[in-house]
Amino acid sequence: MAEELKKVDVVIVGTGWAGGITAAELTKKGYKVVALERGKEQSREDFIGAKDELKYSIRYEMMQDLSKDTVTARSSMDETAKPVRNNNYARFGNDTGGASVHWNGVSLRWLPYDFEIHSQTVEKYGAKKIPENCTIQDWGVTYDDMEPYYDKFEKTAGVSGEENPVGPPRSDKYPNPPLKTTPSIELFKKASTNLGYHPYRLPAANMSETYTNPDGETINACMYCAFCEEYGCDFGAKGDPIVTVLETARKTGNFEIRNESTVTEVIHDGTKAIGLKYIDNITGAEYIQPADIVVLAGFVFTNNKLLLKSKIGKPYNPETQEGVIGKNFTGHFSNISTYIGARGFFDNEKWNLSMGTGALGAKVDDYAGDNVDHTDLDFLHGYEIRYYHLGQRPIDNNHVPEGTPAWGKEYKEKNLFYHNRSLIIRAKTAFLPNRYTYLDLDPTYKDELGDPLIRATVHYEEQDIKRAQHGVETCKEIMTEMGADIIDLVDVPDDVKFDSKFYTNHFLGGAIMGEDPETSAVNTYSQMWDMENLFVLGGSSFPHNSNHDPTETIGAFAYRASEGMIEYLGGEGGLLVEAKQTSKA
Amino acid sequence: MADNNNPKTESHDPGRRNFLKNTGLVVGGVAGGSLLGGLFTNQMKSDDGKKGTSDETAKVDPSHARVFFGRFEDFIVLAAATELIFPEDDNGPGAIGLDVPYYIDKQLAGTWGINGDDYRQAPFTNLEGLKKIQKDDEKVNHARANRGKIFLEGLRLMNAESMKRFDASFDQATEEQQHEIMGDLAEGKLDMKSTPSDAFFALLKQATLEGAFSDPLYGGNKNMDGWRMKEFAGARPSYADVIESEEFVKLDPISLTDYHRKK
Ligand SMILES: Cc1cc2nc3c(=O)[nH]c(=O)nc-3n(C[C@H](O)[C@H](O)[C@H](O)COP(=O)(O)OP(=O)(O)OC[C@H]3O[C@@H](n4cnc5c(N)ncnc54)[C@H](O)[C@@H]3O)c2cc1C
Ligand code: SF4
Repeated sequence: MAEELKKVDVVIVGTGWAGGITAAELTKKGYKVVALERGKEQSREDFIGAKDELKYSIRYEMMQDLSKDTVTARSSMDETAKPVRNNNYARFGNDTGGASVHWNGVSLRWLPYDFEIHSQTVEKYGAKKIPENCTIQDWGVTYDDMEPYYDKFEKTAGVSGEENPVGPPRSDKYPNPPLKTTPSIELFKKASTNLGYHPYRLPAANMSETYTNPDGETINACMYCAFCEEYGCDFGAKGDPIVTVLETARKTGNFEIRNESTVTEVIHDGTKAIGLKYIDNITGAEYIQPADIVVLAGFVFTNNKLLLKSKIGKPYNPETQEGVIGKNFTGHFSNISTYIGARGFFDNEKWNLSMGTGALGAKVDDYAGDNVDHTDLDFLHGYEIRYYHLGQRPIDNNHVPEGTPAWGKEYKEKNLFYHNRSLIIRAKTAFLPNRYTYLDLDPTYKDELGDPLIRATVHYEEQDIKRAQHGVETCKEIMTEMGADIIDLVDVPDDVKFDSKFYTNHFLGGAIMGEDPETSAVNTYSQMWDMENLFVLGGSSFPHNSNHDPTETIGAFAYRASEGMIEYLGGEGGLLVEAKQTSKA
Repeated sequence: MADNNNPKTESHDPGRRNFLKNTGLVVGGVAGGSLLGGLFTNQMKSDDGKKGTSDETAKVDPSHARVFFGRFEDFIVLAAATELIFPEDDNGPGAIGLDVPYYIDKQLAGTWGINGDDYRQAPFTNLEGLKKIQKDDEKVNHARANRGKIFLEGLRLMNAESMKRFDASFDQATEEQQHEIMGDLAEGKLDMKSTPSDAFFALLKQATLEGAFSDPLYGGNKNMDGWRMKEFAGARPSYADVIESEEFVKLDPISLTDYHRKK
């Protein structure tokens, strides 16, 4: 029997950006908040001297312990899903701060087009332009609604950047100037400019200078030490929840993080959430933490699993297309959205490639979203081209030109020669939702506690493949202009299938937002239509995937949701926005 | 097995392969294990470019001992295989000179060798199913056998295959013969029970590169020579003052031993 604890105002699953922002905003208003975190306690001190590639980038010290719980994956409904057994295929957050601690720091706003993708597409190209199985829908908010929240996130995380020449309007500039540049970044920018594109510096949550955010937290200047992606920062120089929002919440005296606490269920009475049930990983004891507001911020897979297991909302059925939980799962899938592009080998150049920081680089947005006219293109949405200078580490980077033997003298020679002489530029592509790409509970495999694993079925549609192929072509064009002696393409074959890799941690959907409870799980304050005191935060609420990285938008919506929670607690309760009955029925 | 040669008769060849051949011969002979260990580590020592004097032997690295591999014979096949992947050349030491075999031995003895961080619930994928998987590392992930078992099966198979084809153990085979076996392994042409042989090749290669380039604290990348060859500066605290440089900046590497000691 689970022991019932004393009620608090708010209980949250997870301590990443989504949970951390909620904790900061509500504790600042005086509410008592408890966050339940399945991973261990960690602070900045844990990261001093964490420059160990084997431990963090190869053995994945900071990622979810898959021996206890994982996801299963398949590329179509006809297949039996297999579990993702090894972290080489999944980099999900764990421990205090979650994946939001070992992120690169690329901080991007999404486009006005993203939030109104359905109506803008219909208006501009006609409804016929939307492929049959594509399930894009509007979000119920506009970019203008979201702009203040974006601004707030950028100031909290301390983003270093410069204005995007083809980006949406901003109310203010970035709080910090862009990071230092390097010769290879300049080469990429020059080549793109020559071709008529509009490159700009990647906005980065790595500090270009020491910075104090509006909550009074100081983030140090980045050292370009290159152990950034997959690592906690050695210097407290990366905008992450540990040095910002969790610290802000802690200082109020109203906040408690309970580590080693794995949430297993949302306890509810059918109309309202009562609290969260969790197990203490160390003792095995079970508890229920009751609260006025229950927040799921445990990332996409946990959020969906908890809703399905707790029987909240109607599960999505791909046959009938009824139900919402699990619907519109999307992501930056590695072999179609992220790790594709052109690698150039340069015989007469040599760069300082082992220096860098997580979000050092530049990008081109000329093909992003609907920036280019899609009338004659066989896909919707778009891609961005990116060059990163994140600091390449020696175990993970052994690139040799195609055709080089896989081992032996020549292999070694080229491996060493090209280590500081090869650059990759990548197309980061959108992935639009479709009827056959969704989440549900796996019928075979169970987690450590005996609950079913969450199952991802990911089907690539033709437009996703075409979009990616277009992106690779543009990478090739720019790499050619950059003057590489050899160019190898990381290409997208016509018959490419989901490779079951959950590598980017950019996964979205399943508890999506909208205006209509028939087609969405939460409203634009991330409040469940079916349960007014349950808020489901993070990428799970995104109805589709953009070409831009998700985290800043996750942060912006967490600010919006927190505002809603404060209003909810201070008022009469009820839904913060009324449902618009616009569904087909 | 042709094992009557006296190691000394080939002493004009100072190369590592020759050492392996010679040691292999002793394996086939009567010498005791402690002697073999001594010979092997002595040879590793000579990577410093110094002669293996008795003074040297006294300073033998205490981490030069096997914890996972019971049979020396398996270890010597491992050593030959890793050296074949990453050979000594004008750039610097190869896998043996970098202590890669000892690195792999230690990794196999730990969590990684038993897939301790992985999801391990049945059902696993059978061999036919594994063959259909595209990525080699995924084949290993979905195999029922753990990495330790896959390594033992793979190395013994390479050795048996060498005996069968060339009447010489893998480490005694000529370089060309070794390449032939490695080629078949890499193409999935050798029959393994635990996983397709191309997946074992990928695992072996990955482990070899890890041993060459991880922080020396794990027992490989001896003297940080792996990093030196790549011109990688290791666990440097900061590049803030040099990152903008137009020129390539060559810096001496720093290991975590140095880095942590400063604290
Ligand atoms: C290597 C890497 C680099 C990345 N780089 C970028 C980037 O440059 N830009 C970008 O926009 N995005 C990036 N991302 C993605 C980014 O990390 C995520 O979008 C972001 O962290 C999501 O925030 P979140 O709060 O929703 O989830 P998380 O930060 O993952 O937090 C969720 C927390 O919930 C906890 N939790 C989960 N289930 C339970 C449970 N049942 N009980 C208790 N606790 C639970 C987890 O342990 C975790 O701490 C990167 C991801 C990775 C892995
Ligand atoms: S590169 Fe900068 S932000 Fe990243 S870990 Fe190093 S100091 Fe921190």
